[in-house]
Amino acid sequence: MHPFSFHAAATEQEAIAEAAAGGRYIAGGTTLVDLMREEVERPRRLIDINRLPLRDVHVQDDGLVIGALARMSDVARDPATAQVQPLIVDALVEGASPQIRNMASIGGNLLQRVRCSYFRTLDAPCNKRTPGSGCSAIGGANSGHALFGTSVHCVATHPSDLAVALVALDAVILTRGPGGARRFPVEALYRMPGETPHLEHTLEPGEMIVEIRVPHGSYARRARYLKVRDRASYEFAVVSVAVAMDIDGGIVRDVRLAAGGVGTMPWRLRGSEAVLTGRQSGRAAWRDAAERAIDGAQPLVGNHFKVELLRRTVVRALEMVGGAA
Amino acid sequence: MAAGSAALGVADLPTDAAGPQTAEIELIVNGRSRRLELDTRTSLLDALREHLQLTGTKKGCNQGACGACTVLLDGRRVNSCLTLALMHDGAHITTVEGLARGDALHPVQAAFIEHDGFQCGYCTPGQIMSAVACIAEGHTGSDDEIRAWMSGNICRCGAYPGIVAAVAQAARAG
Ligand SMILES: Cc1cc2nc3c(=O)[nH]c(=O)nc-3n(C[C@H](O)[C@H](O)[C@H](O)COP(=O)(O)OP(=O)(O)OC[C@H]3O[C@@H](n4cnc5c(N)ncnc54)[C@H](O)[C@@H]3O)c2cc1C
Ligand code: SF4
Ligand code: FES
Ligand code: FES
Repeated sequence: MHPFSFHAAATEQEAIAEAAAGGRYIAGGTTLVDLMREEVERPRRLIDINRLPLRDVHVQDDGLVIGALARMSDVARDPATAQVQPLIVDALVEGASPQIRNMASIGGNLLQRVRCSYFRTLDAPCNKRTPGSGCSAIGGANSGHALFGTSVHCVATHPSDLAVALVALDAVILTRGPGGARRFPVEALYRMPGETPHLEHTLEPGEMIVEIRVPHGSYARRARYLKVRDRASYEFAVVSVAVAMDIDGGIVRDVRLAAGGVGTMPWRLRGSEAVLTGRQSGRAAWRDAAERAIDGAQPLVGNHFKVELLRRTVVRALEMVGGAA
Repeated sequence: MAAGSAALGVADLPTDAAGPQTAEIELIVNGRSRRLELDTRTSLLDALREHLQLTGTKKGCNQGACGACTVLLDGRRVNSCLTLALMHDGAHITTVEGLARGDALHPVQAAFIEHDGFQCGYCTPGQIMSAVACIAEGHTGSDDEIRAWMSGNICRCGAYPGIVAAVAQAARAG
């Protein structure tokens, strides 16, 4: 690990000023400490933000409010969250391990970095780690990589489960930084790799995520996060699907769908939502939605199986939420 | 490898980060206050093992993937390899050394012995600390629930049946 100086910020203003001057925020540290030890990340100064009062989770008229420093486990066991947004609880509990969930913050979860093994192998070319060096995954081991949003420069998937649920639910991020306060959809936090895979998010230097807001929706209470992976728990998704659906009188009134493990960012399935809206619920509709979900997939040599797996995972998740008839 | 760029990087560093940095913190470990002067890079795991000679807590993967380093931090189970010691000034840490009362084993320790919850023993301190928290959290309603909520602790020897039985028994004994 490279040497660094350390400062625990007492106030948000102080933290933002420190970060604007080049410091790096640390929350749970479960991504950052790991990558610093691997020397993939080399911050010179860490700003510990854990003393800031950003851990509150509560429900208000327009939606659920989650402080950026709330821990994954705190949100997962919050009764109000379970009641209004069971999809979020599902996605959190399916992620990482109980120990990691006790440490990891919600803000840090959204900014976790890719799990592509070349990214953390210092002697392998990787455009994300060392811009311009090439992408080892494209001609290498890429069974875990993305079908959507890839470029010739990077094909790594975004690993967060929570982000998939939040993108499905139209959640919004509130930030504060040197340039003031902003709010924007979680989906707009992410960048596709394009020609600049080393740029993963749209935050300005020093900008801090302070809160997530999840609007209420008629679809929210009938929801499911289905995560398919190589072992039953403590593993990242191979493919995952988040569904939240409002069905009334056998008709799909409103639905939200997003997929994980398949995109270079959390992948909203708007085409499938359009296919489903207004349709009679049931297997025929689920199959059409799944067919639409794989439209435009660009499989690599090693991950063709994900196309069929995505199709099946969409059908299964819709069956779990909307019935198999 | 990139010697040129590394040299450039060092020249760029602000003087406060040019070399190793240290800071002083207090940790309350197994009820005892310990003051430590540590390099900023020291993980909580290395602080316990290398600075306090509490080698019960094990280093398996050093990257969050095995659970051998599990300790209780202010009562919650965490992976001590993934966090910096400096982030926990004033915190209460419980390690496996802090469970027994004199010669009387903690009920979870006793249950692991009774049910053969280990073979080589390397993962065991982490399993036991995780089990103590798992029981306190109330995630022991069934064997499947225990398996799910103990899945942050990997056992290379595959002693899982004994581990699940031990956790179930200790949970019942309350
Ligand atoms: C073994 C293992 C398994 C895992 N499995 C899963 C899984 O199955 N599913 C899943 O979703 N995740 C998984 N994770 C990832 C884990 O959820 C993330 O590491 C964690 O959520 C990151 O949060 P943190 O608070 O620890 O972030 P940190 O490591 O503290 O920070 C991560 C990044 O975010 C920045 N940052 C943190 N907070 C803020 C803020 N408020 N504003 C601006 N920037 C900020 C930091 O500067 C840093 O760049 C796993 C991790 C490990 C180690
Ligand atoms: S897929 Fe992205 S992260 Fe992986 S080697 Fe290629 S550039 Fe690096
Ligand atoms: S040593 Fe910490 S999780 Fe493996
Ligand atoms: S007893 Fe050997 S690793 Fe678990």
